Amino acid sequence: MSNGQNGAELRLVTPGMAIGPSAGIRVGSGALAQNDTIIATRLGWVKEFNNTVSVDPINSAYMPRSGDLIVATVAEVRNNLWFMNINGPFQGLLPMSLAPWKVEFGAARQHMGIGDVVLARVQEVDECHNVVLTMKGVGLRRLTQGSLHSVPINHLERLRGEGNATLQRLRDACDCRIIVGENGKVWVDGNSEGTAWARQAFDLVLKSGHKDTFEADLTALEKNAPKNGDA
Amino acid sequence: MGGYGDVQLLRDDGLRLDGRKLDEMRPVSIEAGILPAADGSAMVTHGLNVAVAAVYGPMEAHPRKIQRQDRAVIDVRYNMAPFSTGDRIRPGYNRRSREISKVTAEALESVVLVERFPRSKIRVEIEILAAEAGTRCAGLTAAAVALADAGIPMRDLIVGVASGKVEGIVVLDLDKAEDNYGQADLPVGILPNTGEIAFLQMDGDLSPDEYNLAMEYNFKAAAEIHEIMVDALKRRYEGGEN
Repeated sequence: MSNGQNGAELRLVTPGMAIGPSAGIRVGSGALAQNDTIIATRLGWVKEFNNTVSVDPINSAYMPRSGDLIVATVAEVRNNLWFMNINGPFQGLLPMSLAPWKVEFGAARQHMGIGDVVLARVQEVDECHNVVLTMKGVGLRRLTQGSLHSVPINHLERLRGEGNATLQRLRDACDCRIIVGENGKVWVDGNSEGTAWARQAFDLVLKSGHKDTFEADLTALEKNAPKNGDA
Repeated sequence: MGGYGDVQLLRDDGLRLDGRKLDEMRPVSIEAGILPAADGSAMVTHGLNVAVAAVYGPMEAHPRKIQRQDRAVIDVRYNMAPFSTGDRIRPGYNRRSREISKVTAEALESVVLVERFPRSKIRVEIEILAAEAGTRCAGLTAAAVALADAGIPMRDLIVGVASGKVEGIVVLDLDKAEDNYGQADLPVGILPNTGEIAFLQMDGDLSPDEYNLAMEYNFKAAAEIHEIMVDALKRRYEGGEN
């Protein structure tokens, strides 16, 4: 198990495939130790870092963690709470006590209805995967204009880049406000040309986010960006 | 099965009617990620069988009564398309598809790390587009590739293969005539890396020696199909096609 660039080696494994001996090595996510051997439990790239072997999955569902900033959509409204689609296996619950407004019992619908999109934070996830969201916090709000897009969870790091450098490049190129939720939902607010270009960039992340050519492809796409091109 | 002993299924030269050797499998090809709307998908062509599997989830299990507090439930729906066989099949669920859905779900539950997703559901849809004996095995293989493609954590892939007995001789991978007129059919779901059996059914009678030979054939075929499964998954992502 040799180290490649950034501590990751480009070795694709499938579930059940042996990665290497488990002696003296810690087992990270996407892998498990079985009979002195580390086996992959997911389809993904083997990663070795700090004596820990893990598998970086190619596809994965969003598993909420406390503190995550997410873009969620209202799925159901009750008298005193909203059920939010958080793009994961479970719906999130936003009680009226954690909404940014003073909500009377039975008046939840007057503030948000089904399909409304919000920027929220995961307040709590219990062992039964009950997810409680909050909208109390700086910047957390209902998103009233713009459009919603999706990016694979495993490519979020690629979309953001180191220190959000790639994300800032996208923002500058399309002249849009872009909010990336930890749940793979991305909010884009700007003019139509910028939004269309941002969508192309997200498609690029989907298609080649795992490839070494991603950076070159993004640079090529940037040449057609509204700020640099004819638009 | 076993009621048509006068039908010739083996040639005088010891080969089968389609020219295969006794331990030879029909050609198998697998493609992963064929359905963009699904979280994971696969198509398996096994001889003339064509099975498509799509995986959705994990998602919140509905209705709530099916939820399990400590694990996910795997909801499998196996269906044969009306045009999949020469005689049109009446569309919809029937006794056979219910049975196959159930045994496939139980086989998949033994490899998927269901405890990672309490209270949720993983939906697996298996559609048989063309059938020529061995559709449950093709469907199981397709479901395993689709689950891996969807990023569902599993401790191994699972391969569906079958052996049987025709004219008193054990053969691998029965075709339609052998399945209809043969004396036994032994479909199994094998975990290729550990050699465990997650699913086993038997139709007809086999002596202990015949059973052992049939299982030997099955394990050999499972190893071959496993390589094709891994290749399909690698081709999808390593080959640059996403």
